[in-house]
Amino acid sequence: MKSRQRIFAMIIKEFRQLMRDRITLSMTVMIPLFQLLLYGYAINTQVRHIPIGVVDQSQSAFGRLLVESVKATQIPKLKAAYPTVVQAQKALKQGRVQAVLILPKDLTQRAAQGRVLGQWLVDGSDTLVSGAIKSLQTMPLTDFDIPIRKAPPAKTFEVAILYNPSQRSAVSIVPGISGIILTMTMIMFTSSAIVRERERGNLELLITTPIQPLELMVAKIIPYILIGLVQVSIILGVGHLLFNVPINGSILQILLVTLCFISASLTLGLLLSTIAKTQMQSMQMTVFILLPSILLSGFVFSYDAMPKAAQWIAEVLPATHFMRMIRGVILRGANMLDMWPDTLWMLGFTVIGICVAAKRFSKSLD
Amino acid sequence: MTSAPAIIAKGVSKRFGKFTAVKQLHLNIPQGQIYGFLGPNGSGKSTSIRLLTGLLAPSEGNIQVLGYQVPEQAEALKTQIGYMTQKFSLYDDLTVIENLAFIGRIYGLDPVTLATRIEQQLLTYDLKPIEHQRVEGMSGGQKQRLSLAAATIHSPKLLFLDEPTSAVDPENRRDFWEQLFDLCDKGTTILISTHYMDEAERCHQLAIMEAGEIRAHGEPEQLMLQMGVNVVEILYPDLRRLKAQLLALEEVHSAAQLGVRLRVLISKHVSDPIDWLKCRFPELLTAELEIARPSLEDVFVSVTGEGRA
Repeated sequence: MKSRQRIFAMIIKEFRQLMRDRITLSMTVMIPLFQLLLYGYAINTQVRHIPIGVVDQSQSAFGRLLVESVKATQIPKLKAAYPTVVQAQKALKQGRVQAVLILPKDLTQRAAQGRVLGQWLVDGSDTLVSGAIKSLQTMPLTDFDIPIRKAPPAKTFEVAILYNPSQRSAVSIVPGISGIILTMTMIMFTSSAIVRERERGNLELLITTPIQPLELMVAKIIPYILIGLVQVSIILGVGHLLFNVPINGSILQILLVTLCFISASLTLGLLLSTIAKTQMQSMQMTVFILLPSILLSGFVFSYDAMPKAAQWIAEVLPATHFMRMIRGVILRGANMLDMWPDTLWMLGFTVIGICVAAKRFSKSLD
Repeated sequence: MTSAPAIIAKGVSKRFGKFTAVKQLHLNIPQGQIYGFLGPNGSGKSTSIRLLTGLLAPSEGNIQVLGYQVPEQAEALKTQIGYMTQKFSLYDDLTVIENLAFIGRIYGLDPVTLATRIEQQLLTYDLKPIEHQRVEGMSGGQKQRLSLAAATIHSPKLLFLDEPTSAVDPENRRDFWEQLFDLCDKGTTILISTHYMDEAERCHQLAIMEAGEIRAHGEPEQLMLQMGVNVVEILYPDLRRLKAQLLALEEVHSAAQLGVRLRVLISKHVSDPIDWLKCRFPELLTAELEIARPSLEDVFVSVTGEGRA
């Protein structure tokens, strides 16, 4: 009887405390609700709308028809037409398109002879994308009203997979893992940074000293940048040695891209830290960011297959930009300037984020 | 220059929503003195200190500390003041010397000055033997000495101490006060809040606070002399019953039992309190009654109590 009473007393107390913690309470509802809705709509294992470029050297009516019929499969989405293969390859390296369809000059002749019509150049850094393009290899040509003398070819297109020709998943996963690990640890470290000072009672002393909010924010970030770099070195080093992940880009570029991402993630954590009142709350917020960073960033599911709204959310997350950049640098040998929109976003996020965090952190107890 | 007051507060109030934590605070604290805020928990002592350091913005009124307008010029003021919070607020996972170095650097001491100051502070506050010890696991007294060493590492002109002795034993408290007087001797103005009478008695000047208001202020000695009540001590067998009867009388401010004696505060309007008591309570005719010297606690009890109802 007494034991039941004690358990009951404890239960009541737990509920009371929980009810008074608004952020935790809203998180317990928001996390399942928001995440379920988001992924229910966003996750699409069928890859669609892959951004592609076309180099139509044939400049023929049949060429245009063929492109239309490729578009009709909805797997690719035509983003640009390039006059030369070299330009198309450059766009591929920069990550502006993920595949290029090259239609040769003798396209009509090839069709008539029942030969392979053209060639796909595919960025293999995301195995889901290359797999989807490969499925177009045997696209039937039944809709076409063209004089085919021989039986239709077994293969409509040749597919050349660049950067990860053997389509090993480790090659695309290892760089991605570094993004996930960094998101997890970097946001976690800093999201509790200010809250910890508050909980331990250090903050009241700190705000009576001459330290400025911006100084505090910058100083809170710098130590963790080093930790982040150590983590990335471990992941990529082991990935290279054990899983033969090629490192095609320069080490300097990897370092710069990683630095950008670490700064952006730490800033995000710091922002959370100025919102959270307890370390428990900051942990929950970290989870709230971490899940979409894993699922929407293009690490697990294809970014291009997601609906627009989910893509917008993904664009906000530093992990999405990093996923593109690190794969670009490591696998395609791209540099930060090639991927300038992602670079700019990361830098902008960091600078604006630190300023907002510093502004939110007021040196007063009001 | 030295004659200018360290702290001037005029009509300062602080409201949190509907609750008024500090009401119409007026202060004029001269430099080089130890000024005390004496009051029970929740009387507005900590809020007043936070208002004076610029941690809180006043709802109304004007504050000037060391010539700086607060909270407008609080940032400039911060290099000139030291602050010791009620709760220990240094880093548990750093050593004594690391904590001192951290605070010194935050206050912008150059490396040479910092090294000298750390050494001086370690010696002054008897921290040398534990300089490389981490703070976690240190005693209340050691933590308190470290806090004071940290709060004074940049040689502030003005030191705010918010109930600094609440976690230490009487011996450490005595040593602590010796250190405060040493600081004061070197020209540091100290504002300290406490709920200990014996500590309050050591201050040069004192403000007794209750429910966010100053009920009385002045030198402790002066306050005791000017007290509006007489103190009578009664030695009598049935004190519990007598106390209840006494408290029902309007002239009696308070009655507190001290062992076998009852200490009764009777309004100054009663010219001869012993006679008056004996008239009211014939059973006291044979009891031992005597006028006692008022203590600060008597002052405190006589000026407060309205809020307790």
